[in-house]
Amino acid sequence: MLPSSSQPLTLQAQRIRAAMWFLVPMIAALAITAAWPLARTIYFGFTDTSLTDLYGGQWVGFDNYLNWRTLSSGRVIFRGTLVDPGWWNAVWNTVRFAVISVSFEAVLGMIVALVLNAEFKGRGLVRAAILIPWAIPTIVSARMWGWMLNDQFGMINDLGLKLGLLSEKIAWTASPDTAMLAILVVDIWKTTPFMALLCLAGLQMIPREIYESCKVDGIHPVRVFFSVTLPLVRPALMVAIIFRTLDALRIFDLVYVLTPNSSATKTMSVIARENLIEFDKFAYGSAQSTLLFLLIALFVIFYIWLGRVNLSGEGR
Amino acid sequence: MRLVKQSLFYFLVGIIVVVSIFPFYYAVVTSFKTGTSIFQVDYWPTTFAWDNYLAVLQQGSFPRNIFNSIFVAILTVVLSLLFAVTASYALARVSFRGRGLLLLTILSVSMFPQIAVLAGLFELVRFLGLHNTPWSLIFSYTVFTLPFTVWVLTTFMRDLPMELEEAAIVDGASPVVIIAQVFLPLMWPALVTTGLLAFIGAWNEFLFALTFTSSNSTRTVPVAIALLSGASQHEIPWGSIMAASVIVTVPLVILVLIFQRKIVAGLTAGGVKG
Repeated sequence: MLPSSSQPLTLQAQRIRAAMWFLVPMIAALAITAAWPLARTIYFGFTDTSLTDLYGGQWVGFDNYLNWRTLSSGRVIFRGTLVDPGWWNAVWNTVRFAVISVSFEAVLGMIVALVLNAEFKGRGLVRAAILIPWAIPTIVSARMWGWMLNDQFGMINDLGLKLGLLSEKIAWTASPDTAMLAILVVDIWKTTPFMALLCLAGLQMIPREIYESCKVDGIHPVRVFFSVTLPLVRPALMVAIIFRTLDALRIFDLVYVLTPNSSATKTMSVIARENLIEFDKFAYGSAQSTLLFLLIALFVIFYIWLGRVNLSGEGR
Repeated sequence: MRLVKQSLFYFLVGIIVVVSIFPFYYAVVTSFKTGTSIFQVDYWPTTFAWDNYLAVLQQGSFPRNIFNSIFVAILTVVLSLLFAVTASYALARVSFRGRGLLLLTILSVSMFPQIAVLAGLFELVRFLGLHNTPWSLIFSYTVFTLPFTVWVLTTFMRDLPMELEEAAIVDGASPVVIIAQVFLPLMWPALVTTGLLAFIGAWNEFLFALTFTSSNSTRTVPVAIALLSGASQHEIPWGSIMAASVIVTVPLVILVLIFQRKIVAGLTAGGVKG
């Protein structure tokens, strides 16, 4: 408790009081733009609200998640997101996408970081070059790659045919067999730089003397990497992987633009927005958004609980 | 043996550079083609015509979309920096109970999926009468720019020496004066970095922009590019799309290259240390 104003405040108390006033605008802003909308989304998931009548929804409990009716014939019909094949398909797409893309990004990012950590002529230029994919807006990269992957006029098919890697032109983004591959390629291309920069920051914190003494002892570079470098950059790498995984789990724009309406790539965010805005199943979409939120929250809690990473950055 | 190793290394470097740059290069090459030559695959520039650029800038609402994007991004940056500077001073320099928890909450807000707030924000935007205005975007972008700016500025401020502040406190300066006269002059690098990252975030945002605006004149650039289409599905105007893409990307790439070091420092402060 703060002392009453009749007593002189101690310096520390004064500072704390000022700090509280400084925090109020930020906390208020986040409460209005994040906490309240999140609470409303969760609430909508338990109602039958529709897009055209946002305030006319009735409380329906868990019906959007799961409900069942027994027909007169005795058969039970289940409905709701949890028995919706479209939803589980989206869950599977999202998880598959997140696992594959983040694994590739971690490995490739590490390789690029190792290259950039070596001293060579033109290193600055290479670092500038890898920043370009990161700087390009996702929508733009989706369009650029959409053009390169075009089935008839795309340069990927042209190159593949010329090099003899392909025997015929492939509709990369339209065919269900390759649509996910296209999404993965574009995402890996775009976000490996981010991974590489975080890995590089970790690599640069390792003192050079360690490498020199390994060299003097004649240890093979591959062994040095696995027994010295990797354990030392692991904290940085782990944080990068967590951030990327969280990002990958909520992917929306790339899928929406590069492979529209392809059930082979539809992710949880895409299907939730589709229901929310386009299909006039506002409450149903809210329930799906809530499920995605829960998945991501569980993931975060799991990692904090593992205690491997100190996210608050204190006491380090 | 050494020569082999070195050439292999430079080969790897070459691949990294080519893969990074090629898609953008190819978009630029395509954007300068006209007519049917667009449908011919060329790896080198063959024609150099501004037709696509003129088409994009003269027809329709693209110039308006660019203006919208600039307006939204700048205001988002200014507002989130304004809120974040004072908040991060409190979080970095004053110790109070619950600080760690508050920081963790802020971090988790920056991590949660935007779709989770979409329905609630949609209602709020409608309620406030902001639907289909740039203000709906400035309002909603706070969700992801504010936590991030607070986080990075807090890490930055925490690393500044304590002595700086002590002298000012002894002189009886109030916290507002301390922020304005002691910290702000030192914080320019961090402000530029976080401002730039927030700008890029707002400039690139798609989900909210797609949902909260509904007419050509209020859309931002990413939505405009995503929805750019021809009369039918088979008549996608690739030339115009590439020209529009180049127009919105070039300023960004230039900014990123100029502020390369600062951006890398900001990203790693937000990621590794944070």
